[in-house]
Amino acid sequence: MGIIRSLSQLLLVCCLLLPAVSVAQVEDSEAQQLLTALADSSFAEKKQVVNRIADSGDDRARGWLESFAANKLARIKSRGQFVIVLENRGRDWTVESALTRENLGEISRRDLDTIRVNNALRTELESILSVIDLKSPDEANRLTAARALKGSVDATLAERLPELIEAEQSEPVSDSLTEALAIYKVEEQGDITAVATLSGSLNSEARAALQQAMRSDDPALVEAAAKAMDSIEQKLKLNRAAETLYFGLSLGSVLVLAAIGLAITFGVMGVINMAHGELIMLGAYTTWGMQQLLPGQPGLALILSIPAGFLVAALAGIAIERTVIQHLKGRPLETLLATFGVSLILQQLVRTVISPLNRTVITPEWMSGSVMINEALSLTLNRMYVIGFALVVFASLMLIMRKTRLGLEVRAVTQNRAMARSMGIKATKVDIMTFALGSGVAGLAGVALSQITNVGPNLGQSYIIDSFMVVVFGGVGNLWGTLVAGLTLGTINQLLEPWAGAVLAKIIVLVFIILFIQKRPKGLFPQKGRAAEG
Amino acid sequence: MNLKKHVKLGLSALALSISFNSLAAEDPIKVGILHSLSGTMAISESTLKDTMLMLIEKQNAAGGILGRQLEPVVVDPASNWPLFAEKARELLAQEKVDVIFGNWTSVSRKSVLPVVEELNGLLFYPVQYEGEESSENVFYTGAAPNQQAIPAVDYLMNNIGVERWVLAGTDYVYPRTTNKILETYLKDKGVAAEDIMINYTPFGHSNWQSIVSDIKAFGSAGKKTAVVSTINGDANVPFYRELGNQGIDAADIPVVAFSVGEQELSGIDTTPLVGHLAAWNYFMSVESDANYDFIDAWVEYTGKEDAVTNDPMEAHYIGFNMYVEAVKKAGTTDVDAVKDAIIGVSVPNLTGGFATMMPNHHITKPVLIGEIQDNGQFSVVWETPSTVAGDAWSDFLPGSKDLISDWRKPLFCGNFNVVSGSCGGAAKVASE
Repeated sequence: MGIIRSLSQLLLVCCLLLPAVSVAQVEDSEAQQLLTALADSSFAEKKQVVNRIADSGDDRARGWLESFAANKLARIKSRGQFVIVLENRGRDWTVESALTRENLGEISRRDLDTIRVNNALRTELESILSVIDLKSPDEANRLTAARALKGSVDATLAERLPELIEAEQSEPVSDSLTEALAIYKVEEQGDITAVATLSGSLNSEARAALQQAMRSDDPALVEAAAKAMDSIEQKLKLNRAAETLYFGLSLGSVLVLAAIGLAITFGVMGVINMAHGELIMLGAYTTWGMQQLLPGQPGLALILSIPAGFLVAALAGIAIERTVIQHLKGRPLETLLATFGVSLILQQLVRTVISPLNRTVITPEWMSGSVMINEALSLTLNRMYVIGFALVVFASLMLIMRKTRLGLEVRAVTQNRAMARSMGIKATKVDIMTFALGSGVAGLAGVALSQITNVGPNLGQSYIIDSFMVVVFGGVGNLWGTLVAGLTLGTINQLLEPWAGAVLAKIIVLVFIILFIQKRPKGLFPQKGRAAEG
Repeated sequence: MNLKKHVKLGLSALALSISFNSLAAEDPIKVGILHSLSGTMAISESTLKDTMLMLIEKQNAAGGILGRQLEPVVVDPASNWPLFAEKARELLAQEKVDVIFGNWTSVSRKSVLPVVEELNGLLFYPVQYEGEESSENVFYTGAAPNQQAIPAVDYLMNNIGVERWVLAGTDYVYPRTTNKILETYLKDKGVAAEDIMINYTPFGHSNWQSIVSDIKAFGSAGKKTAVVSTINGDANVPFYRELGNQGIDAADIPVVAFSVGEQELSGIDTTPLVGHLAAWNYFMSVESDANYDFIDAWVEYTGKEDAVTNDPMEAHYIGFNMYVEAVKKAGTTDVDAVKDAIIGVSVPNLTGGFATMMPNHHITKPVLIGEIQDNGQFSVVWETPSTVAGDAWSDFLPGSKDLISDWRKPLFCGNFNVVSGSCGGAAKVASE
């Protein structure tokens, strides 16, 4: 019965396919057989089956292999029918038939057997797929395929590569292929002419091949390889230095962002606000909230969270100022303890109202990944955006403090409160506005941090100490000081980290700051003139 | 008037005695739940509290144990290690609970340990830990190093061909002890010292740029390199994100993690992490009916379609069922009777096999290696052919290799030195 039905199905499929003669497909029974072999064999045997599928010439093979590599090829337990999983979240999965591409709707996970894949097989699949992709009409596809081939060329491919390189129009693709071939030649044949091709290459497979060549018995080869290695090492050193500098700047910009709001509330107003970290956290949660409100548009939500995060944190800041800080004016110890209490309240509030678990903030497509400068140096995009954002926030703050009436009033009130009041400035209003500004900037920092760290109730705690450190090191009351201090500390930390380890690097930086403050109690940029005496 | 008063008194006395009697007849079994619901560890531990409540609810619906209902007593030690000891004392001395399920971090367990031993309580501890401990009053339902770390390293060495190792961890007792064990183990297997890189980072570390770049440099020396990660908690999210951003592929340098489960992955986009590994004794993706039933029950209990299950939850599932079986076997909830009865008890685990309580208060578990998939789940690529019994004292640490633990009479000792033949041997050396 079942055989007859599948035969009739097969006949139907054949009839349907008759007009399209050019479509290369194996018969469904054979395809079913291949896939069954794939499902039932061990990891070691699967490798051969994969090659058999690739060699079958079936134009569905690429789809099968691709979904197999992604762990999305499955078999329905009861029927033995093979399916490609389209959506594999939750308890019911959406699937389509592997042979006919017909959508079969949702099937319970209980009824499916996933065909398992592992790293070794995935590497094999990737190189098979790259060989297929080398004939792709799209240049970007060919380039990715050519890059993926470095280090995974085998004897059969090595024979075919020269003609492919010959036929290749695009220069980057043919360069990559030439390098891939050269790596193979150096590794397998100890070819001394190929060593020259690899000289100056920053690819790690190329370096591995040269290192292997340096251990060979042929002195000429060893010398050539050593020479090539030398030039590579030189280039690598430069790249490493550039990389460390970038890391330092990016850590520094995070510190600046976290500290700059504090530079206003603590530096300018003199309020020790231990809840500053939690204001950062509120900004980060606002980003998460915006993404929940605009599902499917993480980028837009992120941009909208910039004003929203500022507003939320500023409002929270005003509430803190009105309820707690204004009553404790001039009593720093009490302010410290009270705002510490506020920070604990805010943390637990988030835990009870939202969740003790970290929230997922999606990184938009245009912010993930990295810009490849060369094969040894790539700059991560999210960090680059954070550096830019920090600079923009700093510049706008400088503008506000220097060029606006609010800025003028703030400076007047902080320099001489009584005098400013007698000139008609409403000191209380200025206090509120200043604190709101500082808090709002903390919210902005939260929006940026949501892209590089965890959004959870403890987010603020990890930044509060660092923020105070930066403000004190830079000189209280000086925004430029905060910028320079943040970037300096970030760079010092990243310079130390490779040889001292993360824990020790932090300690060394802390000790350095303590010694520095001993020598210069007012920080890098002490305030001069009358303001310093106040 | 006098009469009226007497009648009133008599009536109330009657009411009291009735209510007292009915209380005595039901007299619930009290189950203490000692998991942080606030503070840093709330992220991991609050799920375990819910798991326990669900298991208790199910057991009660099925008629309780020995005809008695179970009553959960939930306390919040707030991720504060000394408070754990106080709350444990409160549970045992005031609430008079029959058993405690709780703790996550090793330091909180160490803080509770003296209290549980002093007041003779029962504690089920559900998290993988560094070993080097065996208490009469504690049952370790999570993995010991030989049930997680060692098999994972074996897998990398034999199946992947790894020759160069990065041991990266958070700076506290579990990673330090585990890495010490692994370092000795690797050197025993002939790995040279320069092929091992050890790195520690503080809790909640978020700036991984230079460390990841170091690992990348260490891994480009031509030998197959892998990272063995004991990085704890939410520091993993920025670590994996940085790996993805710097383009470290699982095919180049695989990372095998011992503290990253489904719950940690639910906080990140796992597309760039596909292929990185984790070693556990349970994965949510395991294809067994017991597991599917458990997931269904959990989704129903939490009301969230996307709720995930993880390894410590399975450990509580096993521990709870073992306790139920042991009480049934002993016929009482008396602590000493249950302690004796539970050794040798076997209950089904969620991976389709059985877990047995060993005389050293550790249990048998299968070891699974899973690769991360793009849907935040793991796909099992390797498992031990049979279950592995937990070893309280590692064979790869100088101080503890001669120690064994057996809580059956006549030995009845948690750290028996087989060389000197005495109880209470070299426990100090091992835990330093």
